[in-house]
Amino acid sequence: MSVAPRREDYDVVVIGAGPAGLAAAATAAEAGLATLLLDENAGPGGQVFRAIASTPVTDRKQLGEDYWVGADLVQSLRAGSTEVIHRATVWSLDRNLDIAVSIGGASAFIKARRVILATGALERPFPIPGWTLPGVMTAGAAQTMLKSSALVPDGRTVIAGQGPLLWLLAAQILRLGGRIDRILDTTERGNYFAALPHAFAFLTSPYFAKGLSMMREVKAKVQVVSGVTELAAAGDGQLASVSYVAGGKRETIAADLLLLHQGVVPNVNLAMSAGVEHRWDDLQLCWSPVLDASGTSSVAGIAIAGDGAGIGGANAAVVRGRIAARAAVEALAPASAAKLASMAALRSDLAKAERGRIFLDTLFRPAAQFRIPSGDTIVCRCEEVTAKDVLDSVAIGATGPNQLKAYRRTGMGPCQGRLCGLTITELMAQARGKTPQEIGYYRLRAPVKPITLAELAAVPKSEADVKAVVRG
Amino acid sequence: MFKRSEQDKRPPVQIFVDGIAVAARQGDTVSAALLASGVDARRSTAVSGAPRLPYCMMGVCFDCLVTIDGVGNRQGCLVPVAEGMQVEIQKGKREIGR
Amino acid sequence: MRTDYDVAVVGGGLLGSAIAWGLGRLGKKVAVLDEGDITKRASRANFALVWVQSKGLGMPAYTVWTVQASQAWGRLASELKQQTGLDVALQQNGGFHLTLGDDEFGQRTELVKRMHNQVGAADYKMEMLSASEVKKSLPLIGPEVSGGSYCPLDGHVNSLRTFRAFHTGFKAFGIDYLPERPVSAISKSGGEFRLTTPKGELRAAKIVLAAGNANQTLAPMVGLFAPMGPTRGQIVVTERTMPFLPHPLTTIRQTDEGTVMIGDSKEDELDDRALKHSISAVMTDRAQRMFPHLSRLNVVRSWAGIRVMPQDGFPIYDQSETHPGAFVACCHSGVTLASNHAFEIARMVAQGALEPELVGAFSASRFGAVGAANNSGY
Repeated sequence: MSVAPRREDYDVVVIGAGPAGLAAAATAAEAGLATLLLDENAGPGGQVFRAIASTPVTDRKQLGEDYWVGADLVQSLRAGSTEVIHRATVWSLDRNLDIAVSIGGASAFIKARRVILATGALERPFPIPGWTLPGVMTAGAAQTMLKSSALVPDGRTVIAGQGPLLWLLAAQILRLGGRIDRILDTTERGNYFAALPHAFAFLTSPYFAKGLSMMREVKAKVQVVSGVTELAAAGDGQLASVSYVAGGKRETIAADLLLLHQGVVPNVNLAMSAGVEHRWDDLQLCWSPVLDASGTSSVAGIAIAGDGAGIGGANAAVVRGRIAARAAVEALAPASAAKLASMAALRSDLAKAERGRIFLDTLFRPAAQFRIPSGDTIVCRCEEVTAKDVLDSVAIGATGPNQLKAYRRTGMGPCQGRLCGLTITELMAQARGKTPQEIGYYRLRAPVKPITLAELAAVPKSEADVKAVVRG
Repeated sequence: MFKRSEQDKRPPVQIFVDGIAVAARQGDTVSAALLASGVDARRSTAVSGAPRLPYCMMGVCFDCLVTIDGVGNRQGCLVPVAEGMQVEIQKGKREIGR
Repeated sequence: MRTDYDVAVVGGGLLGSAIAWGLGRLGKKVAVLDEGDITKRASRANFALVWVQSKGLGMPAYTVWTVQASQAWGRLASELKQQTGLDVALQQNGGFHLTLGDDEFGQRTELVKRMHNQVGAADYKMEMLSASEVKKSLPLIGPEVSGGSYCPLDGHVNSLRTFRAFHTGFKAFGIDYLPERPVSAISKSGGEFRLTTPKGELRAAKIVLAAGNANQTLAPMVGLFAPMGPTRGQIVVTERTMPFLPHPLTTIRQTDEGTVMIGDSKEDELDDRALKHSISAVMTDRAQRMFPHLSRLNVVRSWAGIRVMPQDGFPIYDQSETHPGAFVACCHSGVTLASNHAFEIARMVAQGALEPELVGAFSASRFGAVGAANNSGY
């Protein structure tokens, strides 16, 4: 699998083989563009279709029909001429569309005429007391193990949080014979009212019926507690218990595994390091890239499709992938665009796929207490920085995440802010009485994922580069 | 913490965790194999030495860091197991040259 | 906002912070005007050496000044520790500059000779060592290392923690740190300075311009001159590693946290957002030739910073003839010289005049009208 790219330049390089990336690459290749698809995982699918080509879960009903849609996408990609490289980590993308990618411990350097970023989403940080304890994981982590290795929880398991993925995961775990002791629903009661005005679109969207039947399926087998607040994990070196307040009462239950989930947010690191402008999204409570209707970003030649463009779900991701690819075809080989679905048709597909999204965003908007921690709760997992540390830094003058880095090393660890960035922005915004947009985000630079020093040292260098370094 | 579904018919792969043989399956990542094995796979952090296990399983959190075939700080959730692979649970900072 | 201060320090980086802290330490009422979260900040990008060797070729006074700073750093570190509880991890057990191959060894030998021959400079015992001598102190060097120079006064510090310690210390000294207030205009009337910021005007009896390269623009507002010639430097940093490097080098050092920093380039490019990987490649390639064990470490971040650099490379400390009470201070070595800034410059600003015997050589009058070439060794 560890093969270097065959060419040094491509018409289109797609980064990420989830729904958007698979669709974008297949579309670009169909129009005859030289297309390269780079993906960090061992096989195609991204997160939502993870292990679609290799899952040991053979009973199709267990993962659900929505999952197997991914197989068709992979099939149409493989029917075309796209060059696909897995276990390929893109560690640098710049304004000139130069890409550095690490494959099998060596870097390749390629140039693209168009880049389509389909780096998807990651789960929103869930910084509660004890969230760094062994035994506390994301719901997505459990789902990854379920899809790719048919692994299910078998100890005392609690799932906490909110959102569609939480219910899907619970249903999948139960179907595969796994154990769930309790589900703690953290959806704020007020959200139901706030979401009401958007309910009509949702009721007529495909999410509604599926979501309802899944919740019914889960609730028939597992105790579900709603209106959960003050969630905390505890244990000495290992998760031992989960405590929470519901109906005015604190409850503590013994647990071996706590799975947390409160929605997903765009994975912005690569796009931000390339200089793509992002704005704070007040509804989705995250950074989203500034894009035009074709997904083109503020950096010429870079488009973003899928959840990295703002959370829209798998169906919308597929269509956004096709739109971004079609836009690339229109720019690079206009004559070939005719064989693709028209932009008008794609936009109407997108509108359909996005139906009901505002309802979900409003209903599952996570509560402030689960986004903005306090006291000794760890915010930056890598550098082990607490909420109090951050507030102390604000008190001595930190105005934003970058000055905070200098004071406390937040975001300087290997995850490069992926697990603390949103929390830091919101925590500082609250402390300073500013908006998250005013507070801003870490300045991100390559390498966006760690690479070995030898790999960086192997980058081709000129005489001028040597002169810029060596001096008496 | 996790168990394997009976429908999983993938061929077995043997890896070694701190020298002890552990049964994995072809296509498992190192982190999945560790979590499925029941061994104490807790690493300790380079900052305070606090114990950790994998958190995200998708390559973003770096809590799955592990020494694989003598190379430290690899993301166990992104590396598939291979027959005979030597895995070591990391305690604290990585050692230079490893 | 209308507040009266004894001194307003313009610039809250390491240099401005050191001077402000030093003034607060002397009981002065001080305001520090700083920019916001995103601006060119050498204080966040530096390599954190407390460095003596090879400083001052062409200006013996700079060597003397540097040696003095190096010797005063221990006092600064312990005062900061006492005041804030923060250990800035000062380590001064000598530092190396390693050479690869015979040519580099020859060039370095030549430099050491020229430094020794310079009249009036302090003797800081810089010497050339063979590879086998280097190996006694740095056992992990690779076969390509031909030797290097060593200076027992050299050291390093955790510069970010120093930065935080100064800012933490501000509170105890009653210093007002005022971020998001870039100064756009300065005037003097009625015996006090008025500084214009987006959040209003601020008045102070004295001002210290410590705004890095921006001093070039600010200085003429009060009859001062600060010709700057900034350059860009890139730095690469690895994950945390068990301690393996007992001494800092000019281009490699292991921090107290365990990360390995690898520096640094000197480029004309002044965009600190973009990086040139081919330059990082030269840096890391040299680093792994010096210490082959480094090659397997993971690089977790890299960045570019813009050096604060007076046009000839030497510090500028000056006071205004036309606007008495206005001072300017800028230099490349904000870390190394922090102790002098905190103790000496602050003391002189507090008393109202710079002492020519101590810092007279650093007056901007040395530039004439056109400035000078940088041959300071950076």
